[in-house]
Amino acid sequence: MNTDRMETMQFGLSVDGPAIEVESVSFRYPTPEGKERMWTLNHLSFHVDAGEILGVVGPNGSGKSSLLKVLSGYLPAGEGDVRLGGLSLGKRSQADIARLVAVVPQEYAQVFPFTVAETVLMGRFPHRTARWWSMGIGDETTSDLACAHHAMVETDVLSLTDRLVSDLSGGERQRVMIARALAQAPKILLLDEPTAFLDLQHQIEICSILRRLKEERGLTVVLVSHDLNLASQYCDRILMLKAGALFRLGTPHEVIGVDALRAVYGCDVLIDRHPESGVPRVTMPSYASTKHIRDHM
Amino acid sequence: MTDLASPWASAGAVLTVHRWVAVIGGLLLASVAILVVCLQFGATSVDVKTVATAIMHMLRADQEGAATLGTSEIIMVQIRFPRVLMGFFVGAGLAAVGVTLQALLRNPLADPYVLGVSSGSALGVALAILFGIGSTFMFLPILPFFGFAGGLLALLLIYRLAQSKGRLPIHSLLLAGVILNAILTAFIMFITSIMEPNRSAGLMAWLMGSLTAPNYPALGIFLLYVLCVLVMLMHKAQSLNMLTLGEETARSLGVETEGIKKWLFVLTALLTGAIVSVSGMIGFVGMVVPHAVRLVIGSDHRLLLPASALVGGMFLAVADTIARTIMAPAEIPVGIVTALTGGPFFLYLLLWRKDRMV
Repeated sequence: MNTDRMETMQFGLSVDGPAIEVESVSFRYPTPEGKERMWTLNHLSFHVDAGEILGVVGPNGSGKSSLLKVLSGYLPAGEGDVRLGGLSLGKRSQADIARLVAVVPQEYAQVFPFTVAETVLMGRFPHRTARWWSMGIGDETTSDLACAHHAMVETDVLSLTDRLVSDLSGGERQRVMIARALAQAPKILLLDEPTAFLDLQHQIEICSILRRLKEERGLTVVLVSHDLNLASQYCDRILMLKAGALFRLGTPHEVIGVDALRAVYGCDVLIDRHPESGVPRVTMPSYASTKHIRDHM
Repeated sequence: MTDLASPWASAGAVLTVHRWVAVIGGLLLASVAILVVCLQFGATSVDVKTVATAIMHMLRADQEGAATLGTSEIIMVQIRFPRVLMGFFVGAGLAAVGVTLQALLRNPLADPYVLGVSSGSALGVALAILFGIGSTFMFLPILPFFGFAGGLLALLLIYRLAQSKGRLPIHSLLLAGVILNAILTAFIMFITSIMEPNRSAGLMAWLMGSLTAPNYPALGIFLLYVLCVLVMLMHKAQSLNMLTLGEETARSLGVETEGIKKWLFVLTALLTGAIVSVSGMIGFVGMVVPHAVRLVIGSDHRLLLPASALVGGMFLAVADTIARTIMAPAEIPVGIVTALTGGPFFLYLLLWRKDRMV
């Protein structure tokens, strides 16, 4: 491994300025008939600072997952520009993007049996130098193994090394996915619903890992979540989407309010303060107090 | 090359150079042993010593020695040896195509025969024969190119079906393959029905999947061709690993999926085209072999691909020996043997192992 790559791996982030710059990005899925479809993302502009955790919230179909796919370069930004570390996504190769951005997907659909160690080591793929004569055998260098090992320690999956990923529980599998992403030694981590389908203990576990990575590696994190309380509790800033457009962006205090939630989600909720941190806490109204809504239905 | 030094690297967790060399070396030795055994069986059985002397004569290629060869040695050198070797490489190629298709389509039951890719190649070859296109042009066999074109079209059609809905369930893809197979076979049947009877009989025998003894130059070209494509597939083995995780994940891990997919389509179609043009439609090798090998050695394609190719070669060499000997002196098409062993296995996987698949 070359030295400057090793350095960025150890010292985390070395970009100056914002890690992610989104300039007036619009996107819509193509239709086979060539008909005009609604914009999935509508003139979005925002910056994510290096070492920041940004939560993306919004109702179903508001473009959260699509935004993540545009940031990872999987979907092309139809209009506008996405810059990572100052350089436009379109100007980077796929491997180049993969060395900068790692994605933890929402669902893990694995057809074939891979072990945990094999899965985590796949994260080293963008760092490999192709040697045509070896045909990929023995391409894992000592630093690849060390990096994967480190990632597995950080996510506490070392004891699962030779288990098959398909045999793991939801919480274990999610930690393995984060370990694979960390093995990429990225500067930016994108997560799609990282705590969906996890129980309370595993939700806290995943969130603490993310918080620690931000502090220790200076990792920039963008996470999509349906859980407003989780976003409020663990994110530095929250981006609220409504129909593909930016509705609000700011600290949890600035974004999560009764009016904003009514405008975006179309329902009334109760908001008080978290007893420890004081961040906004969202509670569903009781059945009795929603009588007036039910009367209108 | 480094070996694993990390404390978490327990045996079998990741692919090491050691393990690769041990598995492939062992399978190579087993392949040689199987080939020698297969050479002994046939309408006339020959003992190991005669096999050995015949091979020695062949390697030395001495003209004087050739004059003193006995009947069994002539059978050995001119018929059985090229046929067994051809069978081995056809089996290896089919297994490699199976592994690649399974990774590309993310479907453990994918097989060139089941999905209609073989039928596509067969239709290409049958059309070429119908229009009287000779089997060679400037000493180069050209039927494989028609097989390649037909196979590639069938493959793109199947992939389009699998892709259009984002994620096509395993069973729907198989159903689509069965229908495509039926349509293509109908075209082939139409072609055979409008041919002169003596030509169509030969075409039918070839379609059922049968191996014949090629002459040495043709065998040489075929072996070189299969080896080249196998090496090129091996170069993409790591990308195949990522592609099994889905295209989006593969992209996020740095794989240029679009280019690699196209390249893999071309390689699989090249291999299927060549195999179908020499041996017709031999089914299930591409499905059964990778499945069995994966259960034993895991899913890393850097090992799975060459190991499946070797096991596929052994499997078809044995199947062809059974086809040659079971009704001796008459022969049955080897496609019947592979379908009778592979078909039930396929059903078993489809019906009883459903829960293990997506």
